[in-house]
Amino acid sequence: MNPAISFRDLTVSYGSRTVFAHLTGEIRAGQFVGVLGPNGAGKSTLLKAIAGLVRPVAGAVEIDGKPVRRRNKAIGYVPQSVQLDEDVPLTGRDLVGLGLDGHRLGFPLPTKERREAIDAALAQVNALHLADRRIGRLSGGERQRLLIAQAVVSKPRVLLLDEPLNNLDLASTHQVVELVKRLAHEGQMAVLLVAHDVNPLIGRADEILYLANGRMAKGALDDVLRPEVLSGLYGYPVEVLRAGGRIIVAAGAMDGHAHAVSSASPEASVMLP
Amino acid sequence: MNPFVMFAFPFARHAFLAASFVAVAAGWIGFYVVLRGTAFAAHALPKIGFAGASGALLFGVNSLFGVSLYSAIAALGIGALAERDRRDVATALVLALGLGTGALFLSLGNLYAADAMSLLFGQVLGVSSSGVVETACVSAAAIALVVAFHRVLLFTTVAREAALVRGASNRTADWALLASLGLATSAMMPVVGALLSFSLLVGPALAARHLAHRPWQAIVQSIALSLVITWLSLFLSFALGWPVGFFVACLSALAYAAARAISRALGRKTQAGAA
Repeated sequence: MNPAISFRDLTVSYGSRTVFAHLTGEIRAGQFVGVLGPNGAGKSTLLKAIAGLVRPVAGAVEIDGKPVRRRNKAIGYVPQSVQLDEDVPLTGRDLVGLGLDGHRLGFPLPTKERREAIDAALAQVNALHLADRRIGRLSGGERQRLLIAQAVVSKPRVLLLDEPLNNLDLASTHQVVELVKRLAHEGQMAVLLVAHDVNPLIGRADEILYLANGRMAKGALDDVLRPEVLSGLYGYPVEVLRAGGRIIVAAGAMDGHAHAVSSASPEASVMLP
Repeated sequence: MNPFVMFAFPFARHAFLAASFVAVAAGWIGFYVVLRGTAFAAHALPKIGFAGASGALLFGVNSLFGVSLYSAIAALGIGALAERDRRDVATALVLALGLGTGALFLSLGNLYAADAMSLLFGQVLGVSSSGVVETACVSAAAIALVVAFHRVLLFTTVAREAALVRGASNRTADWALLASLGLATSAMMPVVGALLSFSLLVGPALAARHLAHRPWQAIVQSIALSLVITWLSLFLSFALGWPVGFFVACLSALAYAAARAISRALGRKTQAGAA
């Protein structure tokens, strides 16, 4: 069987700047992969290239064995959440409905099938109680769950989430990651989730795809987050610190002091606290 | 004075009809303007339309044609520039260009202050029966555009990349709204004028979103408010002899303030109920 997502020799450039080059990988249906890496490593760009939103200068992306294309019902996409006015006259139900037929012309017709599909998606993310609330008045975690429902309502084979954990409190973070894990395993979706921090993914993501310096490493978390693997990616020594079940990746010059890691500039140092 | 006396006059009936069509279009399109935060473009296009109308007067062509042509060029210009630069900067640049040529047209055409005044503030009582038909057609076209792109306009606002994956592009939505605004501008110019059509585009829609929960509710409320404001303004203008635009601007602001107050009072009540 074809992998749900496969990309070969993928290279993306913005102007003269190459974001990453010659990436090759596969994600199977039912697999939950966390995408990690420093700022500017191209995590979101990789997601967009897989979704067909960014045209690679070289290489190809296949979804279910077919070249990726626009107007794709096989892909559910959770964008970075936008700042909304609290008075936006749009309810949870409206937002999820857009995932179903938001690309079509005219107004949506209130059919039974439409209502049932929206209810099912809301139920999948435990958000039936948010159906009639205005989305501008919800918490970050609640809105994130609705955006996920918006992405899965069309029953996609592939779910792509761009920084869904940003600005979430710890409880919501764990809730969203658990939800995504369940969607991947029970719904047999191939899931890519872009995150800053590895810790919420420990024990939940099946694999980690680590992007740095235009290259990637992919595999089980304990195989990827190792000093020799990451040093190979970055091209200079990187340390992986473990403390109390938590992982900190310290890239760049280290003098052994934790504060030196956290206060270094983003280019020189990567923290995944 | 009984304001219904005004319907005895044909010019007043024409004014009432034309203003009603314009009110529906403004209320409807205003919903998307407020939703997408394109109020500055909604402010700029009528002023650019004013320049088009003064050009039409200069060259002796139909003023509706002049407004439409100028608004269309301006909408295209804003859309094209906004792809590279910030939208507000693009809008400001096009607005300044439009007003500049408008000043030139007015001066070359030796137009009297009265002509400029009627363009800037509208001349609803001078709308002819053919003018009513024109206004109805242009308003309908403006509405048809936003109705066609209703879902695309919403989707690209709240989840841009997700919309793009499904084939709904934000650029398409932008173009549709600008084109619709251009058309609405042409329809509104003779009725409320260049300076004040902005208040009808934004006031009712802003007021409605304080009270509505869903898009169709907000649209219906916005249209209803827009119609009430327009009708009241016509009656008051007829009764007192003051300009229609003055009442439109004042009542729009009043509606917004009232909606905010009501929404705040309701919010306090539900909070108290929940506690």
